[in-house]
Amino acid sequence: MRVIIVGAGQGGGSIAADLADTHDIVVVDRDGDRVDDLTYSLDVLTVEGDGTSLSALDEAGIDEADMVIASTDDDETNIVVCATAHAVSDAFTVARVKNTEYLRTWERSERAFGIDFMVCTNLLAAESIVRVVGIPAARDVDAFADGRVQMAEFEIPPGSPVRDQTVAEADRFEQLTFAAILRDDELEIARGDSVLHERDRVVVIGNPKAVREFATTIAPEEPPGTAEEVVIVGGSEIGYHVARLLGDRGFKPRLIERDGDRARQLAEDLPSAVVMENDATDMDFLEREHVGDADFVVAALDSDEKNLLVSLLARRLGVDRTVAIIDTTEYVELFETVGVDVGVNPREVVAEEITRFTRDGGAENVAIIESDRAEVLEVEIDGESVLAGRPIHESVADLPAGVVIGAITRDDRFVTPRGDTVLERGDHVVVFLDACVLDEVTPKL
Amino acid sequence: MAIRVDYRASLSLVGSVLKYLAVPLAIPLAVAAAYGESVAPFLVTMLVTVAVGGGLERLRPDPDIGAREGFLMVGATWLAVSLVGALPYLIEAYGLPGFVPATAPESTLANPANALFESMSGFTTTGATVLGRISLDAHGHGIMLWRQLTQWLGGMGIVVLAVAILPELSVGGAQLMDAEAPGPGIEKLTPRIAETARALWGAYLGFTVLEILLLYGLHVGGMAPAMDAYNAVSHGLTTMPTGGFSPEARSIEAFSAAVQWLIIPFMIAAGTNFALFWHALTGEPKRLPGDSEFRFYVGAMAVLTGLVAALLFVGNGVATFAPPGATYDSTYLAGVRATLIGTVEPALRHAAFQVVSLVTTTGYASIDFNAWGPSAQYLLLFAMFVGGSAGSTGGGIKVVRWYVILKSIRRELFTTAHPEAVRPVRLGGRTVDERAIRGIYGFTLLYLVMFFVASGLLFLDAARSGPSLSVLEAMSAVAATLGNVGPGFGLVGPMGSYLDFSAPSKLFMIGLMWLGRLEILPVLVCLTPEYWRQ
Repeated sequence: MRVIIVGAGQGGGSIAADLADTHDIVVVDRDGDRVDDLTYSLDVLTVEGDGTSLSALDEAGIDEADMVIASTDDDETNIVVCATAHAVSDAFTVARVKNTEYLRTWERSERAFGIDFMVCTNLLAAESIVRVVGIPAARDVDAFADGRVQMAEFEIPPGSPVRDQTVAEADRFEQLTFAAILRDDELEIARGDSVLHERDRVVVIGNPKAVREFATTIAPEEPPGTAEEVVIVGGSEIGYHVARLLGDRGFKPRLIERDGDRARQLAEDLPSAVVMENDATDMDFLEREHVGDADFVVAALDSDEKNLLVSLLARRLGVDRTVAIIDTTEYVELFETVGVDVGVNPREVVAEEITRFTRDGGAENVAIIESDRAEVLEVEIDGESVLAGRPIHESVADLPAGVVIGAITRDDRFVTPRGDTVLERGDHVVVFLDACVLDEVTPKL
Repeated sequence: MAIRVDYRASLSLVGSVLKYLAVPLAIPLAVAAAYGESVAPFLVTMLVTVAVGGGLERLRPDPDIGAREGFLMVGATWLAVSLVGALPYLIEAYGLPGFVPATAPESTLANPANALFESMSGFTTTGATVLGRISLDAHGHGIMLWRQLTQWLGGMGIVVLAVAILPELSVGGAQLMDAEAPGPGIEKLTPRIAETARALWGAYLGFTVLEILLLYGLHVGGMAPAMDAYNAVSHGLTTMPTGGFSPEARSIEAFSAAVQWLIIPFMIAAGTNFALFWHALTGEPKRLPGDSEFRFYVGAMAVLTGLVAALLFVGNGVATFAPPGATYDSTYLAGVRATLIGTVEPALRHAAFQVVSLVTTTGYASIDFNAWGPSAQYLLLFAMFVGGSAGSTGGGIKVVRWYVILKSIRRELFTTAHPEAVRPVRLGGRTVDERAIRGIYGFTLLYLVMFFVASGLLFLDAARSGPSLSVLEAMSAVAATLGNVGPGFGLVGPMGSYLDFSAPSKLFMIGLMWLGRLEILPVLVCLTPEYWRQ
């Protein structure tokens, strides 16, 4: 597939890097230096020019392009790029925006601005944080099959009742499948005799109720539910959306923002949140407001370092769990080692969303685990699938190791996969795939 | 000193309004003619108002007004229409020497201060009266109807009406309506201000006609023998503007329980923001019950009604004896006690009627509440300070201001515990601008200061020239005139009058009514030197 990416900044660059192996990528950017950098670092074609101009798009080969991804830092530019591409070609257009108002317009009117798919960076990042709130010990949660199936990644906390148990012992839930255990750099596909250790990260797939129950089992001292007290540090767009989404779910989050005008604006826009105007690194203030008693602290300031600092401070004060926004992909792992419980990288979240549309196999939904170490896909079974019409134990034998059938929905109902379950056409299957078998297995599903 | 205000432009617009005042004067003229009474009071007033109006218009043929001229225009308009409105009363009392004989030489309105008081009380929809004998025998049908009609004209606002019909006011119209309309700021309903003004007047007219028809319907249906066509029109004209004038000396007590129940919802409607009716009629009916001011307004009346009704029911809220010099005698009191104590419907009806009448600043009475006990009377005094909603025809401090004040006090309490918290005050879904909150505090404080200072001044003048006033009487007289309520307690009670006050006191209260109707600031600002200079 020929993909034109307009905007070679952090966002566009990482999408280009993600897609360069499997697609023909053309990157358009106005900044000559950035274009040069990319030419040498990635195997892509680069065009220096304004993505909103027809000449630049023509030079990038808009006629043959299958997809145009507008990923500059400016929302309006991205919209004009897509509208231009739509006007002169049949390419599938994807626009990245920050402002949710544009997303709302796009959602109301199908294909508004000539955009086929719109992703809102800040909103997606906020959604991925909000999903984790309410499920103790969860590091990542994703919904599949219209919310009937959940994929969750948990870290076994120290002193957890399930530590040193085997998967067979820990799996007391009918509608839950253990997919894999991640330990440092290794990924182990979960077998009945695999042992869960402290600090292991375990990926489970199942129905949402079972996932929540499992969460309570591994971390019984953290009661799940809406009683959780959430403190959001930093009134960035992401911080705002986290507060808004939590408010919609019945939480009453507290939001700390240093800038007076911004704090006022947030307070006006967020009736369900308590907005405080202060520097979140002020220890006196944090103690006075009993931030240490919070169950959950989200660090959403505009710099990675500050977010790390805030997370560590919060931990020191006794906060149960911390989430930090980490813009630099390379820092995610480092920060999580140092003490941030969950690191969310907005670009990774967006890449996940865009990857969904670049897939040949037509996966309905994708979740990327730990910076591309594995993926969870939702696929609809058609006649050509290797899974169709056979019991699972037979089809899995034909596939390499590293594949786990996590859950099935048939006629909108949840079906627990067993070895003898026969998959039918039209079933939705949620599959866990180790990254190293991804390219081999995906086309067969 | 160079005057920086184009007062000629303001007065020119006042002239336009005066000229048009001749049109509503034709109504009592026709009524007077129909009853075979003298039409001179109205004919002469029409000539005077057209002449004066035309003369003022010549001061600036093509007026272009700014914000400052707007305040002056609004303030001067109300003063001018009240002066002109007093003429029919004077002409009725004096006639035109040499041409027309006086038709009511005994009238208390022969005193110019009284005539102006009655006129200002009418236009500002106060409902305080100095008419000695309120009776169709003492005054003509035409004059009595004019008295009712002044209230109807003042209700939705003379300037709002002018904006609705005078094209030259379309540019500065929003400014003018803002200065005149009750409550902090107006809501523009349509792109054109004249259409907004017409929508408000349309809803107002619709309610008035509906009430007249229903009142007369009760009469035809045999449920209201005293409510004949003349009375139905008269009361229709003074309910919707929250006026309170009645051609009956005993106000609404003269009518049946059915009439009293019917008037209550119309008073409630009159005290509601008319913009909400407009929304309800243009396809957003949910905005009326969902409006936070409306809920607070209805809730406040419900709570007060419940408390007063309970006090009346148990008897604590009714006086035990008629003191000498009271406005009621022991026979009347015995009747009141028999009616209210231990009975559910009359206690509830009279409680609801009085509370709604005073909260909305209408000033009707279904009973002489002078015969009530101090506990119930205190609640009624409290009700006078609530006021109607913003954008209604009611006076007083206004529900929305209290609502914002209560919410901002709650905010203060919260931020005392959490100093860093940023908490906008919300009204419904919207946040209230901090400047608007300051304005609301400022207005409310000014209103209360004026109330206490004015009460003191009234005492001073009463000590000089009578009548002897109790604290409650003096305070209620000020609250009733400044809040455009009408009746107070004791001497100025619902069946009493302001006649006994001295002329200076009356002129002072005329000023209070004028200030109260325009919510103080537009008038007060014209009195500062800074306004006239740079």
